[in-house]
Amino acid sequence: MTWNSLQERKTAVAEGVLEIDRISKRYGDVVALRDMTFDVRAGELFGFVGSNGAGKTTTMRIALGVLAADSGEVRWSGRPVDLEIRRHIGYMPEERGLYPKMKARDQLVYLAELHGLSTSDAQRAADSWLDRLGLTARRDEEVQKLSLGNQQRVQLAAALVHDPAVLVLDEPFSGLDPVAVDVMSEVLREKAASGVPVVFSSHQLDLVERLCDRVGIIRSGQMVACGGVGELRESGPLRLTVDAPRAQPGWTAGLAGVSEVGVHGTVTTVELAEGADDQEVLAAALRTGPVREFSRLRPTLTELYRNVVSQEKAS
Amino acid sequence: MTTLSPTRTVGLVARREFTTRVRSKAFVLSTLLIIGLLAGYVLLFSFIGKSSAIKVGLAGQSTGISAPLTAITGKLGKEVQTTTVNDQNDGEQQVRSGKLDVLVSGALDAPKVTVKSSLDPALQQALTELVRQQAIQGALAQNGLKPNVLDAAQSVTVRPKVLEPEDPEQGQKTVLAYIVGMVLFISIQTFGVAVAQGVVEEKSSRVVEILLATIRPWQLLLGKVIGIGASGLIQVLAIGVAGVALGRASGMLTLTDFAVGAVASAVGWYLVGFFLYAVLLAAAGSLVSRQEELQSVITPVTLLPVLGFVVGINLTLRNPADPISAVLSMVPFFTPTLMPARIALGVAPLWQVVLALVLAVGCIALFTWLGGKVYGNAVLRTGSRVKLRDALR
Repeated sequence: MTWNSLQERKTAVAEGVLEIDRISKRYGDVVALRDMTFDVRAGELFGFVGSNGAGKTTTMRIALGVLAADSGEVRWSGRPVDLEIRRHIGYMPEERGLYPKMKARDQLVYLAELHGLSTSDAQRAADSWLDRLGLTARRDEEVQKLSLGNQQRVQLAAALVHDPAVLVLDEPFSGLDPVAVDVMSEVLREKAASGVPVVFSSHQLDLVERLCDRVGIIRSGQMVACGGVGELRESGPLRLTVDAPRAQPGWTAGLAGVSEVGVHGTVTTVELAEGADDQEVLAAALRTGPVREFSRLRPTLTELYRNVVSQEKAS
Repeated sequence: MTTLSPTRTVGLVARREFTTRVRSKAFVLSTLLIIGLLAGYVLLFSFIGKSSAIKVGLAGQSTGISAPLTAITGKLGKEVQTTTVNDQNDGEQQVRSGKLDVLVSGALDAPKVTVKSSLDPALQQALTELVRQQAIQGALAQNGLKPNVLDAAQSVTVRPKVLEPEDPEQGQKTVLAYIVGMVLFISIQTFGVAVAQGVVEEKSSRVVEILLATIRPWQLLLGKVIGIGASGLIQVLAIGVAGVALGRASGMLTLTDFAVGAVASAVGWYLVGFFLYAVLLAAAGSLVSRQEELQSVITPVTLLPVLGFVVGINLTLRNPADPISAVLSMVPFFTPTLMPARIALGVAPLWQVVLALVLAVGCIALFTWLGGKVYGNAVLRTGSRVKLRDALR
């Protein structure tokens, strides 16, 4: 099937969606991935988080075909990802890699050509990305002679130079200085806004929370939580903070399905079991005297993630 | 965006490999170095060739023996250079100082021969012969006979029936064979190892992961082998052309047509040899992730041609008709250096050349299949060295 006919199909099924469908991978007795499933919609920034060894890199390498899955399938626009489709994926591997002795521009032109661009298109694309990332003055320097930050920029340009239809980036933010983080964030947002599904892994959870539309948390090769950031924060048990200055210790005792999780000064934090009524908590608080603050508490992504990791340790 | 054909993919990889290498300082320098060594060799030999003549000083009556002495020593395979000196004393002075090797003076029938330490046996024989002729002619004249009565008798010689006539160009061919074998050996080793180094460079820099996310392992391998092979071809051609030109200019090489043929076939054999080893070396290289580990995995492969070359070329040059070297030259691992050397010597029958070529090409096909398999399995496994057994699965 040719690229053009694929483009036409895009409108039919799962338009532009990258689907990871029940991928499993074992190394001997070690299970690296077990039925890993998620999808990244067109125009969406998807953050992939999990502890080291959870299976993020394995998943991405399988999506790029540099590693074979034992079972399962990766699809794009409803089609199993083959070499032809891979040519339209932008990839930044966990272990960065470029030819150390090749000049930055030559390298980008070469990679663009390998992804199917004509020589003149490849040169144009390389120049435009070098310009965009502030590397024009360094274009004819060997990659090994560039600063680490500039090497990272060339690496990003290498993932983008062929105008990919899908972006898969393994830890794109690691080792970047704050300015480079901003550049990277901006570029990723822009690519997503142009309708490209973008998936990246990161340990910088604040960044993921700020940047991503959806997040997948994986543990031991399995997806344990996946959804919009707001959605995930809603999904946990409801917590409330109540600032009732005159309340006596133990004022929440006797409220059905309510358990106290912490007291800081006059502020009490409680967790509500499924079906418990927050209004009863407010009423009980008002019975103690004035209530200065009453709010629902949403866990941050970091807290959600810690939760998942602690479950991992428990299991 | 259009579909990328495998041919263009392989071509792109090959073009990168070729231009990267040909533009590198190492390539330019090594080409110049080899040509420089050839020039030095040519110079050295033309110098030795000239200085090997025995310098004979002639004084007094002996000046007349210049022509017959040169003729007789020539028959005995020695070159002499004669000069006239003023007198005995002057001549002895020159012998002492080393300007002359021999001084001949005095009467023709009883010449005085002065040397520094020893007289060359061939020259001694020639001088004895001359003196005898003088004595016989003097005796004949005294007895009233014409000096030429014995000419007919003198001209009687023994003419052997030659079964395998000696090739007067044997010397040139030996030198040619040696150089051809040597250059091929160096080139095949150098560029074969460059393939292995290139494979490891891509593994150690991890760029291979980006490449193989968009092209297939065999395309990367083939492009690499073609690109590096082509840069080696350029070097072999440059050396060949420079070598023939140097040989001609110095007068050492008179067999131009034969040499051009031998060099042209050597270029072909370079390709056979390069492809034979390149895929094996690439496969070996794909097993390791760091340049420091490379030597240990390629040594088994690089040692083979060394053995074949050292043993084979020595046997061949000592005796071009040596049957062991003929057999060795048809063993695929040794063919690329030994067969062209034997062709340059002019001792390889056509059937042997064809058989060697068929065997070598068969081996290339086998190694490409095996090597491609190992490479494809091992090239993405970074970290510790991949076991050959795992890579062959």
